Amino acid sequence: MLEVRDLRVTFGPRRKPFVAVDGVSLTVGANETVGLVGESGSGKTTVARSIVGLVRPASGSITYDGRAVPAGTSRPGELQRAIQMVFQDPRSSLNPWMTVASIIGEAWRTHPSAASDLDRLLADVGLDSSVAGQRASQLSGGQCQRVSLARALAVKPRLLVCDEAVSALDVSVQAQILRLLDDLRRRHNLSMLFISHDLGVVHQIADRIAVMRRGVLVEEGPATDVLGAPQHEYTQSLLDAALELNS
Amino acid sequence: MATLAVTRPLAVRRVGTWLGKIPYAVLAIYALVAAIGPLVIDYNPISTSLDDRLLKPGSHLSTGGTAWLGTDGLGRDVLAQVVYGARTSILIGIATVVVSCVVGVTIGTVAGYFRGWLDTFLARGIDILLAFPAILLTIVIAGAFERSVPVVVIALAATAWISFARVTRSVSLSLRERAWVDAARVLGVRRTSILLRHVVPFTIGPVVALATLEFALVVLAEAGLSFLGIGLPPSAVSWGQTIANGKQYLDSAWWISALPGIALSLLIVNIGILGDQLTARYGRGHLN
Repeated sequence: MLEVRDLRVTFGPRRKPFVAVDGVSLTVGANETVGLVGESGSGKTTVARSIVGLVRPASGSITYDGRAVPAGTSRPGELQRAIQMVFQDPRSSLNPWMTVASIIGEAWRTHPSAASDLDRLLADVGLDSSVAGQRASQLSGGQCQRVSLARALAVKPRLLVCDEAVSALDVSVQAQILRLLDDLRRRHNLSMLFISHDLGVVHQIADRIAVMRRGVLVEEGPATDVLGAPQHEYTQSLLDAALELNS
Repeated sequence: MATLAVTRPLAVRRVGTWLGKIPYAVLAIYALVAAIGPLVIDYNPISTSLDDRLLKPGSHLSTGGTAWLGTDGLGRDVLAQVVYGARTSILIGIATVVVSCVVGVTIGTVAGYFRGWLDTFLARGIDILLAFPAILLTIVIAGAFERSVPVVVIALAATAWISFARVTRSVSLSLRERAWVDAARVLGVRRTSILLRHVVPFTIGPVVALATLEFALVVLAEAGLSFLGIGLPPSAVSWGQTIANGKQYLDSAWWISALPGIALSLLIVNIGILGDQLTARYGRGHLN
């Protein structure tokens, strides 16, 4: 469904650029959840931001259902709706001065054909309808992330890009949001690109796992294979690090 | 000892809050005088009374009234000039700050949000304008055209918008990196809506703080222009003009220049204090 081919993203001066992503190819099939893991600075977020158009790649192509996805955020309405993103920091992903109702309302005003019932949408992400009138600054971290999810789901996307969507939450809330994500993707037939540095979290949700290091994809395969019998030494070291923490 | 330790900071804080309200009170008095004064006191800058020239504050006038703040070299009431001058200063100040605020915030947010060549162009333009002494540019513009209120406002706004643009540019530069702006972009929200809904509202704090400081500078600059004779037309009453009228009588009739000067300084100092308070509270772009 989503196909990323030879994606290359650079930052900084043209003569001596910093290569953040160097030739990454990746596919996310229908109803599939792909976990993208790697340490900080490995380029995972840059891949995600290129897919939603927040970063313009230097080269490479992104196609969705066979259609080329243009770089940048001005896309045909249908494509724009199809791919949505959930951000890391629950606080800054919502405008603190806007109410939950107006945040969702903005999504519906932008894509009027997706508009539906607010209470049902909020219930879908496990929020009470009473939060509709509250400002984002009055909500807790977990509630904020649920509203972010509701905003993304409001336009009925088919692919959800979650960039460290649970990393900033404390462990109990993290588990709730993970369960919610898992539940939502089943009910809405969502594909998901789930980005995290936490192998434990990815393990819970991903069907396939791709491992990135310094802008390059070093390993990719079914979750059980990658976590059970890693081929690349970097994946092994990531796993060892996670195991050390667990034991 | 324990009571001392508890009461002292409280007392300090109480004095602090009490002192902090002084600028508000002084500015409220100025606003009140500017709004109501001209309705109560009748004054015509063209009518002169040679019998009442250079009267001391508190003297009786030939018309039977009392000149509480004395009269000037043409027998005109200084109190009335101070009151009418307050209205002129405040109106010119507000008009200029509004014009420069609208221009500056628009240019600043556009430059900061869109970055790229537009930002480079605008930021360099601002740097070039900053290289000129502001008052010189104002004098050139004010001097080149016939004296009138719009010309004074434009001359003052020509340099005053720059600070607004610089502040809003830096705030927008940091705001455009916020995830809620990214989220709106991913949703496909129109650029103007993103700017108006997700960027501009967060510049309000620093802009209001800056507006008060700019207001003080503008009032001072207007008085300066009028003092030099290139500000408001002679039919308007301005503190700058009154101060200029009194400068030849400084040793004999000090009140003509001194009293409007005191009125001007008090206003500037109090706005400055208020502006500093607002800057400390909102100036660095605190969002919540």
